Amino acid sequence: MTPALVAKDVVAGYVPDLPILKGVSLSAQSAKVTVIIGPNGAGKSTLIKAIAGLVPVAEGSVALNGQDITNPRPDQMGSAGVAYVPQSDNIFRSLTIRQNLDLVLRNAGKEAADRRDALFAQFPALADKQTEKAGALSGGQRQFLAVAMALAINPSVILMDEPSAGLSPKAAQEVLEYAKSLTAQGVTILLVEQNVKQALRLADHCFILADGQNQVDGAAQDLLNDPVVGQIYLGGKRVSAA
Amino acid sequence: MIQNLVDGFLVGSILSLGAIGLTMAMHMLRFANFSHAELLSIGAYVALVFDGLFSAIYPALAGAIAPLSLTWALSLSILISMAITGISAILIDRLVFKRVRAKGGELSMVFASFGVAMILRNILGLIFGLDPKLYSQDIVFAIVVSRDPFLLVKPDQVFTLIAALLIMFILHLVLSRTTFGYSLRAVAENPTLAQVSGINLSRMIVLIWLIGGGLAAAAGVFYGLTNQINPVLGRDLVLPIFAATIVGGIGSIYGAVLGGFLVGLASNLALVILPSGYSPAVPFLIILAVLLIRPHGLFGEERA
Amino acid sequence: MIGVISYLVFFATVASILSIAVLGLNLQWGNTGLFNGGVVAFFGAGAYGTLLLGSASQDGLLGGFGLPYLLALFGGMMIAGIVAWIVGLLTLRLRHDYLAIATFGVAVAFENLVRNADLLGGAQGIRGFERPLRDTFGNGFTYNLLFFVFVLILLVLTYVFLERLIASPFGRLLRAIREDETAAQSLGKSPSRVRLTAFIAGSVIMGLAGGLYATFYAFISPQDVLPILTFQIWAMLIVGGAGNNKGAVMGTFLIWAAWTASGWALSRFAPLEVQLYTGSIQFVLIGFVIVGMLLWRPQGLFPEKLVVSQSAKTGG
Repeated sequence: MTPALVAKDVVAGYVPDLPILKGVSLSAQSAKVTVIIGPNGAGKSTLIKAIAGLVPVAEGSVALNGQDITNPRPDQMGSAGVAYVPQSDNIFRSLTIRQNLDLVLRNAGKEAADRRDALFAQFPALADKQTEKAGALSGGQRQFLAVAMALAINPSVILMDEPSAGLSPKAAQEVLEYAKSLTAQGVTILLVEQNVKQALRLADHCFILADGQNQVDGAAQDLLNDPVVGQIYLGGKRVSAA
Repeated sequence: MIQNLVDGFLVGSILSLGAIGLTMAMHMLRFANFSHAELLSIGAYVALVFDGLFSAIYPALAGAIAPLSLTWALSLSILISMAITGISAILIDRLVFKRVRAKGGELSMVFASFGVAMILRNILGLIFGLDPKLYSQDIVFAIVVSRDPFLLVKPDQVFTLIAALLIMFILHLVLSRTTFGYSLRAVAENPTLAQVSGINLSRMIVLIWLIGGGLAAAAGVFYGLTNQINPVLGRDLVLPIFAATIVGGIGSIYGAVLGGFLVGLASNLALVILPSGYSPAVPFLIILAVLLIRPHGLFGEERA
Repeated sequence: MIGVISYLVFFATVASILSIAVLGLNLQWGNTGLFNGGVVAFFGAGAYGTLLLGSASQDGLLGGFGLPYLLALFGGMMIAGIVAWIVGLLTLRLRHDYLAIATFGVAVAFENLVRNADLLGGAQGIRGFERPLRDTFGNGFTYNLLFFVFVLILLVLTYVFLERLIASPFGRLLRAIREDETAAQSLGKSPSRVRLTAFIAGSVIMGLAGGLYATFYAFISPQDVLPILTFQIWAMLIVGGAGNNKGAVMGTFLIWAAWTASGWALSRFAPLEVQLYTGSIQFVLIGFVIVGMLLWRPQGLFPEKLVVSQSAKTGG
């Protein structure tokens, strides 16, 4: 099964002399949920941003279905079928729900109205409030709007940065379950999560990062009960840069 | 005093048009553009040139649209001037600001804008001469709207106000009902998210200069129509237009509109108590007051 | 022969006076990173202050205390300092582009004030100032030469003072704040107070230059405090090299030479109709100089050298 997204030996950072990622590799299988976990400062968000084109990649490569997409222009990722949902500030607060969706759908031409209606059918809570400014929504509703905006472009891959951040456990569970349900439609999900237990229960594969490097990876169910996860978080058994 | 109020409102509409472009550029590119006001001068002079051209080629166009002094030729020229000034703004950014941005920091762009302002203003003076010019030699009498309190209004001023409000209304429609308008607002609120949502930032910057330049041209022509055209037209409006953007909050188009009217009104109402020589200092006092009390202005926010 | 030397003395005097102002700006911008868009206001405060304090009492005019010259000059500097203190308190914590606008506004307001206030001379300016020691040395070449020496001494003193300041702990503090404010704050230093001090000091130096300028011409008017002077002083600093006192002085002489030379060339060779536009042409040229330098060599012709105290933190 060809992995949809492959990152190989990625070295990346905001400032050229200070790499946050020091040679990280991962692969996200098609139509599966792959989760990235690790302690703070591991570089998890940075990896997602590097794939999305928001952090420059100094060395290494990223490929989508075999095609090289290293250091893309962030505004072109959508047309490549990759959607990115940032952790915070992931919707436009000054625009209404409907305007947010119309914005993302603006290049969809005649399909735009249909896609928007389909999204509203999937997220009735958003449909009810469609003329309200996005800034007035609750945390959970904003997150669903962000996901809806990602879905609007019919992506084959969705990158999500801590989708459950700031949400109540119930809302967090809803978002994660929804992300999982998308794989049934063939969408590949690659997400970063701090909510380790919840994420591992729903994910298929898991990569653990620490100190900007790979530590362990494996089937999510296996790692769920593996003590090595806790050890890496507490700093014990980490692989570090030489 | 009612005369001051009305005059303030009229000048305010011109300031608003000038401030919209400035607030967008200042917010997106994070630099105080001291050369923006020169776009008003360029707009006024370009319109003058085309007005003369059209009137010469098609004398029928030289007729005024009564009761205004505005001619058909000038009306056409305003549209052309908006386009040309918009393109000039893009060119200036490409030739100077973009390159300075790459080489230096945001402060270098402020210096560069001083330099650009000096160049533009004085080249206009060299080309067109230092003496003031008018679009029309016709003497248009002001209409006495009321005798007590005394209120004089020139028909051209009424036209200017209506035209300016119309332009702002069209802009409002674009911002609230078109996806292009949403893109503009998105880019102002959160440029990174805008990129992630598929918006090409460099193209948006070009469009911001185009729109800002176009609006500035209209403002310049309206000012020339209701006052006179001279090379220091822009220079005299630098501080009031900055004041309008600061009052409204940098980055907010609606703020710039409101700010323009507020500054216009305040400057003219101040004439009730201050001798007229001091009115150029009023915008400065307004800036100081806003920066002390409410630095983000009415609607401004830090960029995400 | 005397004519040429006399002209050179005249040129060097004005260039030296302007150099003092540029050195003041360098302290604010080059060393502390403060954008002063209203240089001419502090220059003007010193100029007007010196004249008002030093001249004999005149009807309808403020001041006129007839103070001894050095006291009047000092007074002018203090007035510039007080204006800087007030402006600094109100504006220094602003973001850099707001600071540029605010200080620019200060200059506009200053020019507006002196133009409209008859107590400050109004549009005609202030005359009736007796140049110091005029009785002793007359009004001729000897006097101009001596005055030039006086200005030169002050320039050298200012230069040495600033060089010492930069090498001192205060100078290191300024650089630290310019490079990384949070780190400096963590060391317990109050960045805003330090910046205010540097701003006031720079403005006092500009006031000195203004006082000397007004003394030299024995006259000051609103025409001498127009925004163009701010641009000229900035151009001198940009061309010379910000952060570098030697560069600042060289830049001043260079730009002033170019300014006077272009003015002379235009008045000599340009047809009569063009002469009206001499000013415009010069302004266009200086605009190109500013933009050109920023595009080609933003660090200036004589860029900042690494100061000894920075060797420990090379590489940033």
